[in-house]
Formats: sequence, C-alpha cells, structure tokens
Amino acid sequence: MNLFVDLGAHAAFVVAAYAVAALIVIALTGWVALDYRAQKRRLAKLEADGVTRRSGRTSEKTA
Amino acid sequence: MAIIDLANPTRFLTLAERLLPWLIGVTALAFAAGLALTHGAPDDYQQGATVKIMFIHVPSAWLAMFSWALMSIAALGTLVWRHPLADVAAKAAAPIGAAFTFMCLVTGMLWGRPMWGAYWVWDARLTSVLVLFLMYLGVIALWRTVDDPSRSARAAAILTLVGAINLPIIKFSVDWWNTLHQPASVMRLGGPAIHPSILVPLLVMALAFTLLFVTLHLAAMRNEILRRRARTLMLMQAQAAPGSGS
Repeated sequence: MNLFVDLGAHAAFVVAAYAVAALIVIALTGWVALDYRAQKRRLAKLEADGVTRRSGRTSEKTA
Repeated sequence: MAIIDLANPTRFLTLAERLLPWLIGVTALAFAAGLALTHGAPDDYQQGATVKIMFIHVPSAWLAMFSWALMSIAALGTLVWRHPLADVAAKAAAPIGAAFTFMCLVTGMLWGRPMWGAYWVWDARLTSVLVLFLMYLGVIALWRTVDDPSRSARAAAILTLVGAINLPIIKFSVDWWNTLHQPASVMRLGGPAIHPSILVPLLVMALAFTLLFVTLHLAAMRNEILRRRARTLMLMQAQAAPGSGS
C-alpha cells in the first residue's frame, strides 16, 4: 500500500486543510486535558486546606 | 442507573469516568478507519483530490450545527425544567462547537480557493455559518462575563434560543437563495447523490468526528462540574475566613 497519495495540483490545499483540522483537534483535546488537571489540582488544594463540600464548614486550620 | 439519576452531578461524574476511556478508544479506532478509507478514496471527476477536504469539511459543518442544536435543547432544560446539568452541558458544548465551526470555515475556504477561485464569497451558506461562529463567540463571552454560573446560564440560554433561528437558515440557505455553495448531497429527499466510494469514507469520518465531539463534551462537562465544586469551596473558604463578616 502506497502511503503517499498523488494529490495533484491542489495538494497544498488538501494538506493545509488536514493540518488545520489536526491542530484544532489537538488544541481541543489539550485544552480539555489541561483544564481537568487544573480543576483537580484546585480541588485537591482546597481539600488539603480543610475545606469540605458537604459540611459547609472549614476546619480549624482555615478558620 | 435510571436516566433521571444523571441529574445528580456526582452520579454523572461516576458515569463519565467509566465511559471516557471507552469513548477515547472507540473514537481513535473510528478515526483510524476513517483516515484509511479517506486515503483509499478515489478522486472526484470534477473536484479531483480536493474532494478529500470534504471528508473533514462536511463532518465539521454537521457538528457545528449539531452542537448549537444540543445547546438549544440544554437552554430549554435550563429555562423550563431547571435541570441541574443543562447549563453545564450548554457551557461545555460552546467552545467545542465554536472549534468545529472554525474548522468548517477554514477547510471550506481551502476547498473554495482551487474550486471557486476565491477563499471567500458572501454567499448565503457561508455568511450564515460565519454568523453561527460569531454567535458561538458571543455565548462564550457571555459565560465568561458573569462569574456566577447560575446567573449567566439564563442569559446564555436566551441568547442560544434566539441563535437557534440561524440553524434552519444555514440548512435551507442553499434552497432559499441562489448560492455558489452546492445544495445538500447526503441528507436529501431521494437519498445521497454521492457515489459509495466517496460516501462511505465520508460517513465513517462523520461518525469519528461525532464520537470525538461526544468524548470532548463529556470530558468538558466533567471539568465544568469540578470547576463549580472548586468555586463553591472557595466561596465557603472566603466566608469562613476571619473578617469575612459571616
């Protein structure tokens, strides 16, 4: 199987379209993954400070 | 688990954590199959190799509209049923929909230059999709303007429902006006007007992009729920701090 297809006279447009699509998909995936890490880090820090969700109170350390 | 249980963010998070690894795997497989089929697809007798741009342009166009439709249903969920996850779903979908709309516009321009001789024409289809992109940016800006998600949710929901008027305009623009953009060739009465050698890769790529959307949306919803939890904890921490007056 030949991995390289002859894209003819308009090869640059086809390659550019796929490159842009790949960049957008990578950017979206990266944004979602980094945002997840950031939120987990924020929550972990707050919990380490003794702030708990259900009680509505903070521990001695924070208060 | 009943569907109503998903209204509980904690249960939704559990489900998302279980589903995401599977969705990532299935999406990767669908893209591998779609790209292999795209690679083997023949050139179009008129478009030549630029038909390969259609395998990303058409799915991104469908998802651009699908995402706004999903946000509109979520907007009804916020305004009518006050579903606790409705505005989470809408807020998470907006940047993903905007990205797919941008992809649709750019790949369309890159196809238009060799086929029409111009990157852009103020054609009804192109203009209405550009309006959709600007509306996405408007909704994202609105979400970011108001810090309290419950307050921004209602305003964003109203804006989303108003913007939904644009969806039939995009769909039927090629029928209502004389446009340079070709009419529908897949979803039309009488069946698709595309040869199976091109239709099959297109549909597999559409499936792959849809799975990607679902995966990213689920992950973005999970992130939004975590962000709101962190915000609540920070408010509680601020209230408990000495001198807060509470």
